[in-house]
Amino acid sequence: MTDLTRLTAAETARVVRDGEASAVDVAQAHLDRIAAVDERVHAFLHVDIEGALGAARAVDERRAAGDDLGPLAGVPLALKDVFTMAGVPTTCGSKILEGWRPPYDATVTRRLKDAGLVILGKTNMDEFAMGSSTENSAYGPTRNPWDLDRIPGGSGGGSSASLAAFMAPLAIGTDTGGSIRQPAAVTGTVGAKPTYGGVSRYGLVALASSLDQAGPCARNVLDAALLHEVIAGHDPFDSTSIDRPVPEVVAAARRGDVQGMRVGVVREFAGEGYQAGVQQRFTEAVELISSLGADVVEVSCPHFDYALAAYYLILPSECSSNLARFDAMRYGLRVGDDGTRSAEEVMSLTREAGFGDEVKRRIILGTYALSSGYYDAYYGQAQKVRTLITDDFTKAFETCDVLVSPTTPTTAFRIGERVDDPLAMYLADLCTIPSNLSGGAAMSVPCGLAPEDGLPVGLQVMAPALADDRMYRLAAAFEAAHTEAHGPILDGAPAL
Amino acid sequence: MTVTLDDALARWSPVIGMETHVELGTRSKMFCGCPTTFGAPPNANTCPVCLGLPGALPVANEAAIRYTILIGLALHCSIAPWCRFARKNYFYPDMPKNFQISQYDEPLCVDGWLDVEMDGQTHRVEIERVHLEEDTGKSLHVGGATGRIHGADHSLVDYNRAGIPLVEIVTRPDIYSAEVAKAYVAALRDVVRAIGASDVKMEEGSLRCDVNVSLRPAGADTLGTRAEVKNVNSLRSVERAVRHEIVRQAERLDAGQRIVQETRHFHEDTGTTTPGRSKEEAQDYRYFPEPDLVPIAPDAAWIEELRSSLPEMPVERRRRLTAELGLSEVDQAAMSNAGVLDLVLATVDAGAPAADARNWWLGDLLARANAADVDPGELGVTPAQVARVCAMVTDGTLTATMAKEVFAGVVETGDDPDAVVAAKGLRQVSDVDALGAAVDEAIAEQPAVAQKVRDGKTAAAGALVGAVMRATRGQANAAVVRTLVLERLGVPEA
Repeated sequence: MTDLTRLTAAETARVVRDGEASAVDVAQAHLDRIAAVDERVHAFLHVDIEGALGAARAVDERRAAGDDLGPLAGVPLALKDVFTMAGVPTTCGSKILEGWRPPYDATVTRRLKDAGLVILGKTNMDEFAMGSSTENSAYGPTRNPWDLDRIPGGSGGGSSASLAAFMAPLAIGTDTGGSIRQPAAVTGTVGAKPTYGGVSRYGLVALASSLDQAGPCARNVLDAALLHEVIAGHDPFDSTSIDRPVPEVVAAARRGDVQGMRVGVVREFAGEGYQAGVQQRFTEAVELISSLGADVVEVSCPHFDYALAAYYLILPSECSSNLARFDAMRYGLRVGDDGTRSAEEVMSLTREAGFGDEVKRRIILGTYALSSGYYDAYYGQAQKVRTLITDDFTKAFETCDVLVSPTTPTTAFRIGERVDDPLAMYLADLCTIPSNLSGGAAMSVPCGLAPEDGLPVGLQVMAPALADDRMYRLAAAFEAAHTEAHGPILDGAPAL
Repeated sequence: MTVTLDDALARWSPVIGMETHVELGTRSKMFCGCPTTFGAPPNANTCPVCLGLPGALPVANEAAIRYTILIGLALHCSIAPWCRFARKNYFYPDMPKNFQISQYDEPLCVDGWLDVEMDGQTHRVEIERVHLEEDTGKSLHVGGATGRIHGADHSLVDYNRAGIPLVEIVTRPDIYSAEVAKAYVAALRDVVRAIGASDVKMEEGSLRCDVNVSLRPAGADTLGTRAEVKNVNSLRSVERAVRHEIVRQAERLDAGQRIVQETRHFHEDTGTTTPGRSKEEAQDYRYFPEPDLVPIAPDAAWIEELRSSLPEMPVERRRRLTAELGLSEVDQAAMSNAGVLDLVLATVDAGAPAADARNWWLGDLLARANAADVDPGELGVTPAQVARVCAMVTDGTLTATMAKEVFAGVVETGDDPDAVVAAKGLRQVSDVDALGAAVDEAIAEQPAVAQKVRDGKTAAAGALVGAVMRATRGQANAAVVRTLVLERLGVPEA
């Protein structure tokens, strides 16, 4: 019998639909895989065995009743622990939310359930999505299945590792500065950040409201597109969600040709700080795209050099306010409430004990940046840079359909390597941040292994807002050609 | 206190600015679908959004935006074509997110005014801004003697009020007496009520004032240092709080001390103010545009539609009613308080004289409504019907007594006045021939009275008129009867 954990999501759904395996069998195979390997990988913070088997049984019952199952019904999925799910622990990788069981489903969670996806559990992440390695999780780091001494990316390292370790064929991530794309790049998987507002943020515990975007993670482009269409679309509970038809990303992924597409290579994303093997694989990827019939040009986006600086003012400002609600008064951790202390003291003690260093660092940065007298110089100025970056994109997209770059300057670094150097950690998101600032769509697709360390390299494809289909079209074409030449990238991953 | 108010005012002139919060009468909260009903059990009207649970997002209430624009238009403000909500950040347990969604440098309405009439004078108060925000929850401090947080054993929080839409109306420092400050709040309340944006029940906290008071030497045009007095929650308190501050600040200034710019709390029981937050704890609210909400961009056509839907404002209506209908301010106040002003005006529109309309609605009809325990508008008598009855009294068809009977019939049967008149046979008899016999009969029955009248005591004629009225079961036209009586007894009418 085939190993059910090795199938694509599309194949899994077909197998369930055609009755070759029950959804319960599929779920159980993945739960067994988790039990076998997750002790070493630590992708999951919570495995919802009962919930997953119950959801799988419901799919089997619907099939038995002759119901029309959706395109991903019965497919297991790993949900980043930043989405609420009624009755299931939601920690955001933080001690301050330990033990909290939300009373409501996020819109993404609701749509997954409605589509018959089987949610296996909640995946590990950097605390409140602040980080690029999952080392900032209060519950310990996730390890990269390619090399257990290395990071799986972050903040959504649990989701990317669960895919690369075949514990789930699909996962949901969130991307504020690269938290879907960078983990995808360093684990040899696919991750897409839809256009800002393309997927509802209702029930996504906010890091930076104007940057956060939920998106699909998968082991191939078509699976990501199928998941994208399940979760995307207008939500009246999120006033920033776009009330427009969802771009036809599945059709684009199925089409998968680049004939006549104009592809821009961003000049600024190269040079110092970029690993030689990453550069090499990226250059080869561009050549392959060109050979497939795309029209490749170089473009300049001069303000991208300031993206990281602007990002690290806007993000901390918003998060300092978003995280103010964690005050021990209504839910989560409460420290020091011994009857002698004031509410203010309890809030202070709880936040001291409940938040990790990186969270505190960003709250302090943001509080400072928004302070009276400093607002214009920091937050105000950063917003101006944000506009200039958006203008750079607009100009580039006048001559290009999509832009490409390496997803991240280096392959997966070692656990502990950058943990004491926040700036080095921030550089992991150098190439991904501009799309968050502009609100456009972007994704990462594997483009081979770096020769010097044998670790995966990601190709980033960026598209204008509302043109998510374009990046899927290019990514699918590239993936097909690359796989034909080199085989599926995950075949090169070590067995766990 | 050693200084009296008059003493203080002899040397110092107060300058007052008002910040008034009005809870809007929307059915649901500002950013979620929870009901806004007052008096629900604690925390019954809550959901993930107004509890600020992780992940929950606000969505703006369109009705609240509409009401705010209406208030802005009624206060002659400009409406921003594009503006945003902002977050006001500070920690307090009754504020679920530890920030309040408010508006900061981009308010929805700016630069207006409100005319306040007092003692025949008009004071134009300049409005700086009108903006929209969400209310906080309510803390209940248990176990202390004062109900305040100091000395309390523990505190309970009720989030039912959290997220109720609040409009804040801010004046310029443009009010110069306690009396005008109070009249301003009353006038503002009337405007908000006229629009229907809120029921404005001060006792339920749906209108709350912060009063900024400073003093300057009488005759000077500089501005002094102000104190912001919070918790001023009734019209009377506005006046008391200002008076207290005038005296308190005058005492300090007279003693050569400086006024500290600070927040003070007003105490209803003592009529005094005490310091709130000290300067060391001064808040930096770190305002920034609310990223979870899209900007408000009311289009010009909608604003014009709202402008044309505005009802006549109370002050303009009062002026018009005085000028056009001769209704005094006292009468208008009485009618307004009784809830019959609109009915009187509609009755006038239907053709009745203003005085008659006033008398019926404030008199007989109000009494009937009170007896039936309904609003006068619910009585079942329409302004058009009242106008019809007035016309029948004027043309002599009905007597006043008959008119009352007609109204009773209308209320009872739901029929039109003409139908009631016909059914009850209520027609005043004015025909001299028809009445002549009854008059002769009355004179014959009361010769002594008749003689008195002949002797010049015309007041005695009332007894004879009364007898005729009784004999005709009230249907005779009393004036005609009186003329006939005097004529028959050879007395010239006075």
